[in-house]
Amino acid sequence: MSKITRVPVREQSPKKRVTNFAEVCLGYSLSEAMTEAARCLTCKNAKCVGNCPVAINIPDFISYVKKGEIAEAANVIAQASALPAVCGRVCPQETQCEGKCILGIKGQPVAIGKLERFVADWARENRAQPAIVAPPNGKKVAVIGSGPAGLTCAGDLARKGYAVTVFEALHEPGGVLVYGIPEFRLPKESVVKPEIANLEKMGVAIETNVIVGKTVTIDELLEEEGFAAVFIGSGAGLPKFMGIPGENANGVFSANEFLTRNNLMKAFKKQYATPIKAGKKVAVVGGGNVAMDAARTAARLGSETHIVYRRSEAELPARVEEVHHAQEEGIIFDILTNPIEVLVDDSGWVAGLKCVKMELGEPDAAGRRKPVPVPGSEFIMEADTVIMSLGTSPNPLISATTKGLATNKWQCIVADEQTGLTSRERVYAGGDAVTGAATVILAMGAGKRAAQAIDDMLAG
Amino acid sequence: MYKILGKRQLAPQIYLMDIYAPRVAKSAKPGQFVIVKIDEKGERIPLTICDYDVEKETVTIVFQTLGKSTIEMADYQVGDYFSDFAGPLGEASEFIHEELPVLKQQRMVFVAGGVGTAPVYPQVKWLQQQGVQVDVIIGARNQEMVILENEMKALGATVYVTTDDGSYSRKGLVTDVLKELIDSGKAYDHVIAIGPMIMMKFVAKLTKEYGLKTTVSLNPIMVDGTGMCGACRITVGGQIKFACVDGPEFDGHLIDFDEAMRRQAMYKTEEGQSLLAVEKGSHTCGCCGGAK
Ligand SMILES: Cc1cc2nc3c(=O)[nH]c(=O)nc-3n(C[C@H](O)[C@H](O)[C@H](O)COP(=O)(O)OP(=O)(O)OC[C@H]3O[C@@H](n4cnc5c(N)ncnc54)[C@H](O)[C@@H]3O)c2cc1C
Ligand SMILES: Cc1cc2nc3c(=O)[nH]c(=O)nc-3n(C[C@H](O)[C@H](O)[C@H](O)COP(=O)(O)OP(=O)(O)OC[C@H]3O[C@@H](n4cnc5c(N)ncnc54)[C@H](O)[C@@H]3O)c2cc1C
Ligand code: SF4
Ligand code: SF4
Ligand code: FES
Ligand SMILES: [Mg+2]
Repeated sequence: MSKITRVPVREQSPKKRVTNFAEVCLGYSLSEAMTEAARCLTCKNAKCVGNCPVAINIPDFISYVKKGEIAEAANVIAQASALPAVCGRVCPQETQCEGKCILGIKGQPVAIGKLERFVADWARENRAQPAIVAPPNGKKVAVIGSGPAGLTCAGDLARKGYAVTVFEALHEPGGVLVYGIPEFRLPKESVVKPEIANLEKMGVAIETNVIVGKTVTIDELLEEEGFAAVFIGSGAGLPKFMGIPGENANGVFSANEFLTRNNLMKAFKKQYATPIKAGKKVAVVGGGNVAMDAARTAARLGSETHIVYRRSEAELPARVEEVHHAQEEGIIFDILTNPIEVLVDDSGWVAGLKCVKMELGEPDAAGRRKPVPVPGSEFIMEADTVIMSLGTSPNPLISATTKGLATNKWQCIVADEQTGLTSRERVYAGGDAVTGAATVILAMGAGKRAAQAIDDMLAG
Repeated sequence: MYKILGKRQLAPQIYLMDIYAPRVAKSAKPGQFVIVKIDEKGERIPLTICDYDVEKETVTIVFQTLGKSTIEMADYQVGDYFSDFAGPLGEASEFIHEELPVLKQQRMVFVAGGVGTAPVYPQVKWLQQQGVQVDVIIGARNQEMVILENEMKALGATVYVTTDDGSYSRKGLVTDVLKELIDSGKAYDHVIAIGPMIMMKFVAKLTKEYGLKTTVSLNPIMVDGTGMCGACRITVGGQIKFACVDGPEFDGHLIDFDEAMRRQAMYKTEEGQSLLAVEKGSHTCGCCGGAK
């Protein structure tokens, strides 16, 4: 294999995979991984590392892969990342690590994400995870939310000897990894669950069905239950709607509802009780990763699926790989199109989607060209199901029930960028709850920094 | 896992259960609800908190067998476990934040329809225990569907019962009773109606004519119950609200009931229909007039 082209990764064929929920990407074999790793130049001043939010020593782990020493490669990654099997799958690598790979200047960057995934999967399948835990130090820390931020913070603190309890509102831990990102991108049984089981092996207690702010407050955790510090990793789960007429019609869902029914509640499996409705023709409104996930889920449930997006293809905020996969799976992209009304039939169901064509106008302050409606271009799109995927914001439940916890105008919790410390003593926060909807790896990074800061405070 | 410590059948298709759930019992307030999931494959079922005991660390639920999940739930016995029991969810009833002297001045009447009598119970209990005297109108299809009448009376509330077919107490709808009471000179300040949507709609319609403040407890379809999915959205005064976090209690005069009822029927044809062993129309409590 030449240094220029990367080793292609095997995938389920588009025809086959739209009929199932199994993972699309099949990953590298050992020999494929070693061949791909051989392309890496092991740069002295590796630019890729600087663009990984948790600064994995990429050239180092890849050199081990080159030699087939996968256990050593896993150790290198473990120093920086708690969830490599997850990040190797869902990180937006093209804009992060791989975006700065030197090989990308002339050809294709090293497939860092796919290699990371290979190493993590190998480690999970071939040996017990390295869980070096310090002796218990007798101090209790509470972690709210079991998404990537909370899990990472809990894992790091457990390793340092803290007694950590994670409180999760839902019945299953994992956050977006479990309720949002679909099975076909991130398998739950084989990838997410073992990561959580690992934490439990390290002594982390996970209490599900606890909605902090309702079941118990942060003040009670600190004052009555003896927790020395609290980390809030409650995410940004509140869905937005457009505010257009007809949006409450039957058949209009938020992407969160649609994905939660399918992923967390497993509605796609006959034996599970939760119903899901995906009609003959589904319109997914939005262009981000969440929209792609909703659309590809609807396609798998048998619907003709459209992405309705108001800007042009170049502006789609979703990862390139996801857009590509969606297109391969037959999802139709109706770009420069904006819904203005959901048409409703006599029984209250969606009867169609009234849209207007858009064109790109002057660039805004951020340099993005603003979409503007084309006068007189209204038309009616056939649809019996509409999925709104317009972004999410942090749930105000915690901030509303915690005195003195400062939030900004987007409802995000205000926290120090380095330590995660909030306006309340002993209360830290990180991940989507602080930044608004972002990425798994950024949430992990925040959880990590907060764990360090909590240790600095409590050990001192 | 959450253990069932008590079980009682209150009426055909209506069951009461005491669940061991220390955290929920400790924080529960009248007006709030829980989400119950039977087992791994179950759905998340919202149910109002009907009572709670901080000492015994239990929470009481009362449910009517309507479809797949509630029928399955009714098969569970004392000593069995539900896999999940999350709460308390939603906002507590507004009156618990009011000053006691102010509350004692208020004349409140509760209108309870069918299984909706159960969520009325903790509110009446809370008020009566604070020394606030309240009236309760209970409506049911027939005599055997009347629940919690004696329990309400034991709290000291004045209870009026009406049945659809006149098999017990009197014949008529809860709205008939409410209207008669108002017209007979009862100067109520606040009506709290809990029951099927259609009943709440007609109560709100009646009280609007009298300009009487009215609170209803909505029960739209929910998934997470924490504000994450938007399945429970309803229109209140022209604005979208999420019943699970903004409610479930709202000003009855501001609700778009017709939309709420359409949304509630969304999955009617989808699941559990073949399992609907109970006779068709069991959802009619008899209290609400043409509830179908
Ligand atoms: C459909 C979808 C697809 C995505 N795809 C990608 C992708 O491909 N790549 C990528 O990098 N990122 C992706 N993201 C974004 C990424 O998943 C999030 O940025 C990340 O999960 C944030 O992690 P977190 O730990 O901050 O919060 P979350 O993962 O949101 O976890 C928060 C947890 O806290 C719980 N919680 C909330 N409130 C309370 C409370 N009061 N008490 C107790 N528990 C509470 C929630 O139930 C949840 O389990 C996607 C997001 C979605 C929705
Ligand atoms: C806040 C709230 C409090 C409630 N309190 C009580 C209570 O105290 N006692 C009681 O008997 N019932 C209560 N309900 C209604 C109860 O949740 C439903 O009867 C139950 O979910 C029916 O499930 P099923 O599978 O047996 O029936 P299905 O056949 O699935 O549905 C029968 C009907 O129940 C309603 N329903 C179905 N799924 C849901 C859902 N996920 N959420 C809400 N409604 C649904 C729909 O109107 C549907 O037509 C409450 C609902 C809410 C939202
Ligand atoms: S964690 Fe993400 S950004 Fe960092 S190396 Fe892995 S895939 Fe790249
Ligand atoms: S920049 Fe590319 S070639 Fe250089 S070390 Fe990183 S992955 Fe290897
Ligand atoms: S039930 Fe999901 S937001 Fe209310
Ligand atoms: Mg059901």
